[in-house]
Amino acid sequence: MATISTHSTPTGDPPGKHGWERYAHAPHYRTAADEFDACKLGFWLFLTTEVLLFAGLFVSYAIFRMLYPESFAAGSHLLDWRFGFTNTVVLLVSSFTVAMAIRNCQKGQYGWSIINLVITILCALAFLFIKFTFEYGPKWTQGKRPGSLFDYPFSTTPNEPLWWSVYYCATGIHALHVVIGMGLLTWCLVRQIRSRQYGPGHYTMVEMSGLYWHLVDLIWIFLFPLLYLVH
Amino acid sequence: MATNHDHPEHAGHGDHAGHSHDDGHGHHDGSYLTPIGGFWSEVWRWATTIDHKKIGVMYLTAVLFMFFLGGMAAMAVRLELLQPTRSTAVTSTEPKLDAAGAPIIDPATGQPVTEVVTQTVTTGQMWTISNVQAENNNVYNRIFTLHGAIMVFMVIIPSVPAALANFLLPLMLGAKDVAFPRLNLLSFYIYAVGSMFAVASLLLGGVDTGWTFYTPYSTTTDADHWRVTLMVLAAFILGFSSILTGLNFIVTVHKLRAPGIGWFDMPLFVWAIYATSIIQVLATPVIGITLLLLVFERLFHVGIFDPRIGGDPVLFQHFFWFYSHPVVYVMILPGMGIISDMIAVHSRKRIFGYRAIAFSSLGIAGVSFIVWGHHMFTSQGELASIVFSALTFLVAIPTAIKVFNWISTLYKGSIAFNTPMLYTLSFLFLFSIGGLTGLPLATLSTDLHLHDSYFVVAHFHYVMMGGTIIAFVGGMHHWWPKMFGKMYNEFWGCVGAVLVFIGFNVTFFTQFFLGTRGMPRRYASYLDEYQLLHVVSTVGSWVLMAGFLVHLFNFIHSLVAGKKAPANPWGAMSLEWEADSPPTEHNFHHEPIVKHGPYDFDAAVPPHWDAKDWPLPAPVPGGHKH
Repeated sequence: MATISTHSTPTGDPPGKHGWERYAHAPHYRTAADEFDACKLGFWLFLTTEVLLFAGLFVSYAIFRMLYPESFAAGSHLLDWRFGFTNTVVLLVSSFTVAMAIRNCQKGQYGWSIINLVITILCALAFLFIKFTFEYGPKWTQGKRPGSLFDYPFSTTPNEPLWWSVYYCATGIHALHVVIGMGLLTWCLVRQIRSRQYGPGHYTMVEMSGLYWHLVDLIWIFLFPLLYLVH
Repeated sequence: MATNHDHPEHAGHGDHAGHSHDDGHGHHDGSYLTPIGGFWSEVWRWATTIDHKKIGVMYLTAVLFMFFLGGMAAMAVRLELLQPTRSTAVTSTEPKLDAAGAPIIDPATGQPVTEVVTQTVTTGQMWTISNVQAENNNVYNRIFTLHGAIMVFMVIIPSVPAALANFLLPLMLGAKDVAFPRLNLLSFYIYAVGSMFAVASLLLGGVDTGWTFYTPYSTTTDADHWRVTLMVLAAFILGFSSILTGLNFIVTVHKLRAPGIGWFDMPLFVWAIYATSIIQVLATPVIGITLLLLVFERLFHVGIFDPRIGGDPVLFQHFFWFYSHPVVYVMILPGMGIISDMIAVHSRKRIFGYRAIAFSSLGIAGVSFIVWGHHMFTSQGELASIVFSALTFLVAIPTAIKVFNWISTLYKGSIAFNTPMLYTLSFLFLFSIGGLTGLPLATLSTDLHLHDSYFVVAHFHYVMMGGTIIAFVGGMHHWWPKMFGKMYNEFWGCVGAVLVFIGFNVTFFTQFFLGTRGMPRRYASYLDEYQLLHVVSTVGSWVLMAGFLVHLFNFIHSLVAGKKAPANPWGAMSLEWEADSPPTEHNFHHEPIVKHGPYDFDAAVPPHWDAKDWPLPAPVPGGHKH
């Protein structure tokens, strides 16, 4: 892996002007490329743990769906697939823009990297806005709540509270990951604006935040059909 | 000599003033323990350090403190079990009450009338925890839960990986630090916060769920209290610490090996830690989500584990053991790694079957993920039990491979009679007993009888304590000179080792008999017939504690007045012994280039050579690697 090029200044600026040019790798690595590879391996391992965390929720979903298919079908009908679909599109767009932001950093296109990061963060906000305003909010007031808080008078199947438990736990923990990912990307954005921290020689943080964002996207790609589409 | 420095006499201590550094970071050349500033600036330097050695020492201190707490709880449990019933008669002076329950006032004096009352209280009330009325079995349940939770989550899991391996892994690989030093410090603080949550839950009155937090008991007991939630959150937080440590070590092993160290040139301790880390990374997230759902259950009653709205408590058991069985190997694998290193060094012989031991570590890690159902023979279907029973026997294969290889290593070795070797031999005995008694528990027909009895208690103490803790304490002796630059007293070390061995067996071997005779676990009271064995077991626990106290004083004495340790007191071949004792801040004066393997005693050590004749003569030309 040698994706890190040697220090070059594609924009022709004098060396040392940008944050990434001043970056010195940690002394226990031999080269910056070694450090980048180590970070990448570490981050992929971390993503594995995230997948396994959600695995518990997916297993719960599978088991209770198998036990109470009619409750899950009834619960699923109460979700509006159009909001879920919109959020899927929002996340897919943001996944594209974050990938572009990484590419921009690699090529030293600071302006574009900032624009792409901003679009990604706006998409994250849009996702959360749709989730809370059009989905959680109305459902909660209608009494479609998890477990013993369930208070929806028109439910037809006995185990519907359990469906809402699975729904809120899975999407809630996913929403928390959206917030965390947004925080990471904001951190990148601030540093990029303030000191042009990420460029061809050093963009580890952007790359890792991007990987995290792809994972957030990927989990939603599984949650959307399971919760909204499969009846 | 293994490294590329040009002074063969280099191995002595503290003669490096003239050496130039190979990096320009201006670190001082003294040991990592040498203070630079005043007391408070030193405290700050330790608290903010990213040096893996200091973090390892901080972990070690924290783990030993927790071991003390958990040990005290164990002593209390054993003391309680001296007597078959918990009732003792206590006489006290109480105000006399009338039929309505109001105190009777003596009209002459205006004072309440008192009477001498003989009450029956439980001996458990001897250890009252603040604010919780000690009634019936409450205190006993809380104390053994405290013992289990602390020993599992805060002692055994971090003992070898977080404390010893943190210190040793980079040294063994010839690296300056772990891959992510700041993450390493973070994981220490996460461990500290998690431990504080657990201790807070204890101070608020304790938890009586057992360390397994089975639902629905854990979601309904003490319903008005935050203690269970605190304790569960503590385990959740500690899981993060465990994941980060494991992740850090995997990347370190992959990316930071010094030039010349291939995968099969690493000490077997590193292989064991590598396998351990894989389990930590892959299993811990599952307990994370499980405990999170348990917290949701307590806070919002989401019902995923609540049968009243269709949830499934057995699902909790599956989730719990999907983590907690693999984590049993997180506990034992590092201990096996320590034994592999100690047995070769202290019998001055190449380890027998290097690759077999290395791969069996990975084999154990693999098998660990498919046997969790053997904790649930009574709560799952018959077919599942049969399958899990059969799979469980697979564990015996890689473990037996290791034991046979260790014994073969001893064969015709030059066996040193010292504390690490005594602990190694203890491990072989105790772990074998622990392993073999696992087989009747894995067999469905015999487990029917032994299930939830003291046989199980004895079995897992033989593995967890007779395995991991014994290896941990042995490893502490083995690497003590490297960590602190001081020798411990060998005689008192041996005395402690013998006391621990005897005390351990007296305590726990009796429990096999208790179990086969039907004594169930987790009860404070029992039939009179069991008392003799319980008394023997309790007396054994005192001997055990005496052994640990001998070690404690020996270590303190060593720190205060111990002899200065040479760089390589044991004549070992692996890389950590090439560093100074204690190592300098950046571990090595030069990046080491490895010229022989960690067990090349036959190539490098001439026959009839004695450790006190260190340093070694010039290496034999053409000495081979594995």
